[in-house]
Amino acid sequence: MNTFRQRFMGNPRVIAGLAWLGLVVLVAAAAPLIASHHPFEIVAEPFLIPSLEHPFGTDSLGRSIWAGLVHGARTTLVIAILATLASVAFGTLVGALAGYFGGLVDDGLMRLTEFFQTIPSFIFAIVLVAILTPSATSLIVAIAVVSWPPIARVVRGEVLSVKAREYVQAAVLVGQGDMAILFRQVLPNTLSPLIVTGSLLVATAILIESALSFLGLGAPNLMSWGFMVGAGRSFLRDAWWLVTIPGVAILLTVLSINLVGEGLNDALNPRLSDL
Amino acid sequence: MNQPVLGIEDLRVALPAWSDRPLAVDGVSLTIDRNEILCVVGESGSGKSVMAKSILGLLPAPHVRVVNGAIHFENRDLLRAGEGEMRAIRGGRISMIFQEPMVALNPLMKVGAQIDEIFRVHTNVGAQVRRRRVMELFSDVHLPDPERIPDSYPHELSGGQRQRVMIAMALALEPALIIADEPTTALDVTTQAQILTLLKELQGKHGTAVMFITHDFGVVAEVADRVVVMRDGKLIESGATGDVLRDPKADYTRALVSAVPSLHPRHESTGDRPAPALAIEGLNKIYGGRAGLFGGHGRRVHAVRDVSLEVPRGHSVALVGESGSGKSTLARCVVGLEKADGGDVLLNGENIAGYSRKQLKPYRHLVQMVFQDPFASLNPRHRVGDIIALGPTLRGTPRREAWDRAHELLGMVGLQPEAAGRFPHEFSGGQRQRIGIARALAMEPALILADEPVSALDVSVQKQVLDLLDELRRSLALSMLFITHDLRVAAHVCDEIAVMRHGEIVERGPTSEIFASPGHEYTRQLLDSVPGKGWEH
Repeated sequence: MNTFRQRFMGNPRVIAGLAWLGLVVLVAAAAPLIASHHPFEIVAEPFLIPSLEHPFGTDSLGRSIWAGLVHGARTTLVIAILATLASVAFGTLVGALAGYFGGLVDDGLMRLTEFFQTIPSFIFAIVLVAILTPSATSLIVAIAVVSWPPIARVVRGEVLSVKAREYVQAAVLVGQGDMAILFRQVLPNTLSPLIVTGSLLVATAILIESALSFLGLGAPNLMSWGFMVGAGRSFLRDAWWLVTIPGVAILLTVLSINLVGEGLNDALNPRLSDL
Repeated sequence: MNQPVLGIEDLRVALPAWSDRPLAVDGVSLTIDRNEILCVVGESGSGKSVMAKSILGLLPAPHVRVVNGAIHFENRDLLRAGEGEMRAIRGGRISMIFQEPMVALNPLMKVGAQIDEIFRVHTNVGAQVRRRRVMELFSDVHLPDPERIPDSYPHELSGGQRQRVMIAMALALEPALIIADEPTTALDVTTQAQILTLLKELQGKHGTAVMFITHDFGVVAEVADRVVVMRDGKLIESGATGDVLRDPKADYTRALVSAVPSLHPRHESTGDRPAPALAIEGLNKIYGGRAGLFGGHGRRVHAVRDVSLEVPRGHSVALVGESGSGKSTLARCVVGLEKADGGDVLLNGENIAGYSRKQLKPYRHLVQMVFQDPFASLNPRHRVGDIIALGPTLRGTPRREAWDRAHELLGMVGLQPEAAGRFPHEFSGGQRQRIGIARALAMEPALILADEPVSALDVSVQKQVLDLLDELRRSLALSMLFITHDLRVAAHVCDEIAVMRHGEIVERGPTSEIFASPGHEYTRQLLDSVPGKGWEH
């Protein structure tokens, strides 16, 4: 049996996904160094077609699309990752408590989860941002609030199956407390599905963030890919690159995350991928 | 004219590259004659099931594939037969009985219809004739109530009844050969005895050849005409059943045969009874009958009913029963994993029944458990040393000291002390069970509760673990409550025995007395059902 690393890194789709993601992260981290202009700064005439001087052209106000793309990567990634971390943390807590304690705790927490799941998530996110007033923080809160329920369900299911194992009973018998058992014996053994779901959640978070920014509900003063698509959409027929370039960036990033997420899943559950 | 029904010649089956060995089956040749039961015996990983599957072309290709050999059956080579030809042979000329009938039967189809389908696919007789044939088959396998059973779904039948349906399906088209892969392993002893009798009877009646795959020498003694022994894909020994069981030629076979625990109780009970380490008085446990927050209701099950039992200090008591008898529930009530609904549990004289987890804490170390499944009983993410040292550390022993003790305990259970730094997946099933025992001993308990500790292990390992438990019990003066479904195991390690059925203890007493003259009818039935009871090595 190969090791996890061999199975994960031997998968060409994972390599392709990681390559693109690595590039995006690098660009996002070094944004001020790579782009010589502030993304909102007017640098040339509007609607310049991509050229050597302005590699991705300029938009309707004469802002550099390259600068927007690079700074947008930063905004989009940071918001998506923070939102995912928040929803994974909250979802794991809810799912773990529900699965471990069962009974009334489970009933209560799962009804709460279902309550959130029955609200159409994108509309809910719009309402949340509208109430909280658009800002980076409210984007993160809104995305996290609409994406934790699936995490809670995954974790609850795993905890239910792990807590029935005999090593958990053995820990009860030597007198370990509930919280210690939950965090030391049970949760570490639910990690693999959690990692997979969590990594795919980043892709969903990017899509929600982009869609909110597209509608003008994004963080003001922060350039983002969704905002660029939204701002360029009325010029689609005259200046295709305004929409296409950030659109392709979103597409490739979401696709890469999905490839890596699926690669993780195959590598963590080798028997499934073998059959 | 005595041509064998099936002839396997130098069969080699390759495993995928990442397996622990290149060949699952390595040069096996054998024959089965008409009207003969051939038992294929081997421990897990011996390649016996793979060999059987390659006869029917059921290997999980392309990962596992036949690389060499021939399988002769009715003047053709099955390894070179086309898919259409194989389909006609499967179920028609050769049929298979699986270990777990619940998985092998279609859960959404009435069992009568499932057999009817076989006739519809393979023959062209009318509905009336098919219906009659189904009835005949059901009475052949002695299913009661032939009016009701064909109209039942698999889940409405008991395990034994389902296996009878499977046998009826296998017999439907009067095949020349039946392959039975551990057909009684998932069944209770009494049911197993009935199914074995049935198989023998039907095999004699129809003159079918049977390849019977098993790990259990008791079953071999019961049914086989001839035996082949497999190990690591190779054929170790073959011969007539009596010869192999009485006078095995190969060392491996000898080791396997002598690893089967004898039915003669080893320990004479010593007459004097010290104060009990554990006394259970009038214990009851009822499941269900409670509604959830949003309705929902459960069926009430009286799992343990007025049970009283004593484990004298330094003695070992076997709690024997079939699945669903309530023996595991009783154990869980004793260790406090389950709250009893009445009755007393006295540990060293202290009544701990109904204690909460917090109240139980000072008594935890007194009783420790050894679990059944060596693969689920150790946390895969913790080092062996941490697993063993957890209990003592929680009781306040410094970590360093607890680890030193863990090293010692590993030595006591026959493992290298260095094992402490490794993870559970690096050990075999038997070794993991030893780690589980070390974990229980680390708490310095007065009573060890062993819940089927060897039922998931291979025979040769079973014996070693049983002997280890027995030896530790004497040298450390431990008391032991040993839960098992296997009377041979009980005879091997326990001086007293309690027989449980439907949540009640029907008989208890010294093992030797009960084995010599069982008082209760059910005990007698259990003893009669032990496979290979007439055979002693």
